[in-house]
Amino acid sequence: MNKTAEADIAMHTNNDAKMDTTTMANDLNNTEAGKTTPSFMNEHKSPHQRKRERADARFHFYGFAAIALALAFLVFFFVDIIGKALPAFDETEVLATIHYSEAASKNYNKAIDKKMRGVVSRAWLRSLPAYMKAHPELMGSSAELWVLADSRVDQYIKQHDGHGLKSKHRRTVDAMLKDGKIRTVFNTTLFTNGDSKLPEYAGILAASVGTVFTLLITMLVAVPIGVMTAIYLEEFAEDNRFTRMVEVNINNLAAIPSILYGLLGLAIFISFFGVPRSSALAGGLTLALMTLPVIIITTRAALRAVPESIREAAYGLGASNLQTAWHHVLPLAMPGILTGSIIGLAQAMGETAPLIIVGMMAYIPEAPTTILDATTVLPAQIYTWSTESMRGYGERTAAGILVLLAVLLSLNALAVKLRNRSQQSW
Amino acid sequence: MSIADLFLWFFGGLLPLSAMAYFLARGKAITSEKNNIRMHSRPGFYGWYTVIWVALPALATSLIFSIGHLFHLFSVPATMLLATAFALGGAGMWFALGHIKADFRARPAVEKVMRGVLLSAAIISILTTLGIVLSVIFESIRFFQVVPVWDFITGTQWQPDTAFLIGAGRAESVGPLMFGSLPIFAGTFMITLIAMLVAIPIGLFAAIYMSEYASHASRGRLKPLLEILAGIPTVVYGFFAAITISPIIVEIAHSFGLEADYTNALAPGLIMGIMIIPFISSLSDDVIRAVPQSMRDGSLALGTTKAETIRHIVLPAAFPGIVAACLLAVSRAIGETMIVVMAAGLRPNLTANPLEGMTTVTVKIVEALTGDQEFDSAFTLSAFALGLVLLIITLMLNIVSTIVVRKFRQRYE
Repeated sequence: MNKTAEADIAMHTNNDAKMDTTTMANDLNNTEAGKTTPSFMNEHKSPHQRKRERADARFHFYGFAAIALALAFLVFFFVDIIGKALPAFDETEVLATIHYSEAASKNYNKAIDKKMRGVVSRAWLRSLPAYMKAHPELMGSSAELWVLADSRVDQYIKQHDGHGLKSKHRRTVDAMLKDGKIRTVFNTTLFTNGDSKLPEYAGILAASVGTVFTLLITMLVAVPIGVMTAIYLEEFAEDNRFTRMVEVNINNLAAIPSILYGLLGLAIFISFFGVPRSSALAGGLTLALMTLPVIIITTRAALRAVPESIREAAYGLGASNLQTAWHHVLPLAMPGILTGSIIGLAQAMGETAPLIIVGMMAYIPEAPTTILDATTVLPAQIYTWSTESMRGYGERTAAGILVLLAVLLSLNALAVKLRNRSQQSW
Repeated sequence: MSIADLFLWFFGGLLPLSAMAYFLARGKAITSEKNNIRMHSRPGFYGWYTVIWVALPALATSLIFSIGHLFHLFSVPATMLLATAFALGGAGMWFALGHIKADFRARPAVEKVMRGVLLSAAIISILTTLGIVLSVIFESIRFFQVVPVWDFITGTQWQPDTAFLIGAGRAESVGPLMFGSLPIFAGTFMITLIAMLVAIPIGLFAAIYMSEYASHASRGRLKPLLEILAGIPTVVYGFFAAITISPIIVEIAHSFGLEADYTNALAPGLIMGIMIIPFISSLSDDVIRAVPQSMRDGSLALGTTKAETIRHIVLPAAFPGIVAACLLAVSRAIGETMIVVMAAGLRPNLTANPLEGMTTVTVKIVEALTGDQEFDSAFTLSAFALGLVLLIITLMLNIVSTIVVRKFRQRYE
């Protein structure tokens, strides 16, 4: 007898008393369920059997550990992203005297005192001449205002490493902080501005509008075509070679990497059909082709879930194929189709690679007004910000991610809820 | 008149015209039913019949004109296009309204057209595949006219920068173009391997736990939680891998006295693996649950433990399906773009050390197509050649996994 087996026996005798009570308790609990082995089988276990039981427990534990590991990652991921994003929802403002002078309308730097240059946001200053033009009555006056601070000041106030604030500005800021001339407010700039070359002035508005435009085109193209394809395949098509080819083809399309759809969009939509590069139209059409298989597959599943008896009842009353599908099958399959469309929408919304290929990572400070304007989308904006070297962009990237994740997770939750509610047992 | 305006005018005219046609025809049918003439079809079908006669000629005209314009065969002014389309649509309406009689079978006529419309929707998915294949192949052929295929597949040096110099008019100062893709594919293989080493064990054990051990209620809660991992956009994973995971790996490697690049292959590989976990777990969960309960019962009745039943009975039975899931996961990992673009390197590097920076096929495609190069340079075209290889690999993986799954289904259904 080897050593481990001896140890086993020792453990067995040690735990005997405890074991008996627990197995008896188990027995009492499980007599109705009849799931576990009855206690008389546990009383005389050979070392071999104990080994097998330990292996059994170990296997159970591996499965549990796998799930726990994945969920632990999920928690770590969200804590990390939220921790990085939260500072971006605050922005720093400084109290500065603004001179609305003739000189300032020509050179925006003249609007503030010299020592405040580098403390006040240059992007904000740059917008001043246009503001003065719109309000000529201000000319010659000066006012003390809370204005947006430079990104480096903002980072310094938030005590981030690598804020990059020069020492002479740091002295000014420290003095202002003592006088209460610096405050932190909720970051509205993030939601009201487009992209900017200066991090404190950059926001997600242009990218959000671009996302809405692009996804509108995607859904307008993909949902009707996808649903019609699914209806054809489920309700009309005979089982012939063509139908099988379409089915295999759709499964293949679902597995093609998204970046290849970008190549398709570039070669076909942009080079061949002349759709403007970077436009919401080019991006939307590319995403529509990518989303199509998802919508087809989920719609087919929803149509298949409608019982055959419904169709037969309709046929029995003299309805045609089309009438049956339109009046009876489609309304019953609607929740499933909606769920599939939302899932497809969420997938398209987070997609970046094909859109970068069709040029949707351009620098877009203003929200687009038509679907042919150069546009960017939220994920592409996140990507371009993440490649910027200035410290201030890092937290904006995380904030953009948080907004995107919030929208996507609520879309997915909506889809799950819809699916659970519509799951009808026939 | 811009294209956008043309679209607006076209549909702005066509929609009211169609609506008018629908209500005129339906009204006509309803009136005759009121006069006790029994129509063959429901009034709505006469309406739709007329709409088809309005819309089809108008759409066909505009299609012919756009094709002529696109291929530079002929070009007509926008006003003429609109006039012709609407005139034909009006003529169609007049013709169809004349058709509406008691014995006219509108329903079969409409259904025939609708069937055609549904069929053409189904054909779009085939056209998409065709579009991907053709666009990739045509540009690849142009690439392979400059770079020999054999050099592309077996070369170990990737130096497309010379193409950029030629573009700048300094062709004499450069060495030969080098488009050897071997280091790029090696990098792709390495990152995919790391991803699979993470995803397959965790995904498979998660699937086993959910299908064999978890109660129905906890399974219902765990599955959506795991699927959140698949719903996170890849650009977010890329940011996370580059900003959070990469520095941690460099730190850990440093504490072991190893040198690690910030663009190491480990960070994107690990994160990609985590992204793929729900992919493997839900596909495997499905096939494990498809194994008949009678097989488990038979095994348990012989006195095996649950783990032994799973290891020796359930998993071997589900094996083909699990292999198929893994193949699909591999194809997903190979085609994944944003994680590697953000977290892996740009420099092709033929090495077996995952702590060094290396690059992948998708990174090179993005790099080639987002630069300022003109579209015809060999550097830009190389993206399509890499895309072609990517397409072939993923299609092959997908076809093999489809066949394996079909075999598996046949065995148990």
